[in-house]
Amino acid sequence: MQGAAAAAPPRLSLRGIRKAYPAVVANDGIDLDVAPGEIHAVLGENGAGKSTLMKIIYGVVQPDAGAIRWEGRPVAIASPHAARALGIGMVFQHFSLFETLTVTQNVALALDGARDLAALARRIAEVSQRYGLPLDPRRLVHSLSVGERQRVEIVRCLLQAPRLLILDEPTSVLTPQAVQRLFETLRQLAAEGCSILYISHKLDEIKALCTGATVLRAGRVTGTCDPRRETASSMARMMIGRDLPVCAHAAAAPGGEPRLVLAGLARAADDPFGTDLDGIDLAVHAGEIVGIAGVSGNGQQELLRAVSGETPLGAPLAVQLLGAGVGRMHPGRRRKLGLGFVPEERLGRGAVPHMSLAENALLTAHRAGGMVRAGLVRARRATAFARDCIERFAVKCGGPGAAARSLSGGNLQKFIVGREILQAPKVLVVAQPTWGVDVGAATFIRQALIDLRKRGTAILVISEELDELFEICDRIAVIAQGRLSPARPTRETSVEEIGVWMSGLWPGARAAGAPAGGTGGATATQA
Amino acid sequence: MTDALVPILAATLAAGTPLVFAALGELVVEKSGVLNLGVEGMMLCGALAGFAATVASGSAAVGALAGLAAGAAAALVFALLTLTLQANQVAAGLALSIFGVGLSAFAGKPFESVALPAPQPFALPALADLPLVGPVLFAQPPLVYLSWALFGLVSWFLYRTRPGLVLRAVGESPAVAHAIGYPVIGIRYLATLFGGAMAGVGGAYLSVSYTPMWAENMTAGRGWIALALVVFATWRPGRVLAGAYLFGGVTIAQFFAQGAGAAVASQLLSSLPYLATIGVLVLISRNPNVIRLNAPVSLGQSYHPDA
Repeated sequence: MQGAAAAAPPRLSLRGIRKAYPAVVANDGIDLDVAPGEIHAVLGENGAGKSTLMKIIYGVVQPDAGAIRWEGRPVAIASPHAARALGIGMVFQHFSLFETLTVTQNVALALDGARDLAALARRIAEVSQRYGLPLDPRRLVHSLSVGERQRVEIVRCLLQAPRLLILDEPTSVLTPQAVQRLFETLRQLAAEGCSILYISHKLDEIKALCTGATVLRAGRVTGTCDPRRETASSMARMMIGRDLPVCAHAAAAPGGEPRLVLAGLARAADDPFGTDLDGIDLAVHAGEIVGIAGVSGNGQQELLRAVSGETPLGAPLAVQLLGAGVGRMHPGRRRKLGLGFVPEERLGRGAVPHMSLAENALLTAHRAGGMVRAGLVRARRATAFARDCIERFAVKCGGPGAAARSLSGGNLQKFIVGREILQAPKVLVVAQPTWGVDVGAATFIRQALIDLRKRGTAILVISEELDELFEICDRIAVIAQGRLSPARPTRETSVEEIGVWMSGLWPGARAAGAPAGGTGGATATQA
Repeated sequence: MTDALVPILAATLAAGTPLVFAALGELVVEKSGVLNLGVEGMMLCGALAGFAATVASGSAAVGALAGLAAGAAAALVFALLTLTLQANQVAAGLALSIFGVGLSAFAGKPFESVALPAPQPFALPALADLPLVGPVLFAQPPLVYLSWALFGLVSWFLYRTRPGLVLRAVGESPAVAHAIGYPVIGIRYLATLFGGAMAGVGGAYLSVSYTPMWAENMTAGRGWIALALVVFATWRPGRVLAGAYLFGGVTIAQFFAQGAGAAVASQLLSSLPYLATIGVLVLISRNPNVIRLNAPVSLGQSYHPDA
């Protein structure tokens, strides 16, 4: 494949691509070549400019400068229509599907001139079978699991017989088994001559799949390489400019008292597209970190809301905090008892976007810091608390008066986690602690959680990043379809075992229905 | 018995027709993700323009066209403000309503004492001779037939055609529609203009055909009812039609009750159509699944293609 590629002109060739936004230069002087049939990785941290570059190739965004050549000819890609006409297909990181429409309708919207929906449905079934991506064209998208939605996106691209397929972080929502399945499909496509641009920051995946890589850092190319001949740490150096930081992690001290206990927690979802929680049992002890793994949409959000008190429960004893039944209490009263929590949405739920950091600190920390006296706010104390948080957690910002939305995702997350930790919570619940956060800040946050554990706090981490859970957790449980598996000590389990559990198949699990996770590929037969 | 029923049923259809036009138009607008609260104002602009044009030309058809153009012109102002200049849709819509009320009252002063001849119903040959249904359904003013055609057209367009699918997709997620390559702003412009035109026709029907006269604020809140209809009908054309005729039916029934000298305050009776329509629609639209599947997700949110 590589030898043949060297002779033919590259399928896609970029020279000197530049794109500047008012606040940031997203791409600067980017060169990139993709050979026919090559699986080429674009590697970089969040904010390195990968997504902007892909949007330029797909015609969603126009570059300020630079040249694009397609199979040797110079082209301007003015719109996604133009990109599709050339033979470029894209699978978006955040799915670009319409939830209230059927699979067929969604595909039809992206195909120019697809009028006969019945014929289209047959073609969808045909293509999905050929590439091992089972799909029912008649189903409404909102009823599909995340993995199935990704199949819709991929099949939608395949129907256009693409010669270049762009995948933007495609594995972030998949179980390990579904990732293997996806890789097989991609290798089959590449073998048929389709070029693939694979965007990711997961080094092991790139090593396993890709035959070439371009590394971006802060909008510039910092190197090209053949991932099969590199090590993860050599690519990490190109990606972040230094070695991968590692968390220091000592074994848990056993024998802490249970601080957060969930006993038979059940709740029907308010949202018709939500997940019902069903008989969840879990105990988190003082001085340990318990992780909950699972593919998104399996009840993580509902569980967090039930524990935080955002959706109070009927049964007081379903959630017990330090021995007290708090199921009916609202979040304020639970916080007063010593609960801290960090939701996955930073802006709008973890922090008020337009308010300053000091005001945001006040919102949850007013009990701890003596910031309110006789119902009046003591602004100086709130500012001092925010300044302390900014210094201790190395938050890069314009000071306590900066608006929350002016911070980058990683810095705001450091501030929010810091705000909760400084209140010395007895129990801390964190959802997706490092989602969309760069590697340096992610390590910092993980280390902060481990340090808090050392001081005796019981910590519950809900995350979709398996690597992260294995790095910091003492025990790991899996949530699938609103049910929770038993928690296993991290040292006694493996990524493979947890991956199987993510399909809902743990020992003793009730075998009701198919898993809601994106693992249908692992178990489904060719429909 | 049936002789007494025929005028009531025929009048019910006639009374519901302005709502059919305005609400079906607004349904299309909202399906594209735009919330235009200016229906009342657009109806009044259409009513005045339609009346003035009919007086000048002597033709009700010209009047209806003038109403259509006036409603679309008012909607164009709204579209410029909200789609091109990204103004807040709720604020701009309320302003359009207030502006339409004031403008039509001011410009309509010279027409307040003008009378138009009562239009003759257009009986469809053969069909109008059917017992009961003939005089009820097929001896109506031409605009009533047009409102039925509009109902069929909107239902077919939204659920059977590709442009209708694109329109619904834009309303659900403009960002995704843009990423796939559809002109979101252009589609929303067309939908908004269509909605304005239909509100204008609804208004013109009132002033030219239903009560052939011009009076200040003569829509009497029908624009607001049309807005409520769309929401409580969970954005489905069939329910919009049913709701409009429910409103018409109660309007006519309370007229008869007042005429018969019912011992209830007339103000209370006059409010009945509004109460009954909203009450019934609230009761039948409680299923959250139906709402989630039919409501345009991006309703009322501005969209910037470059952001």
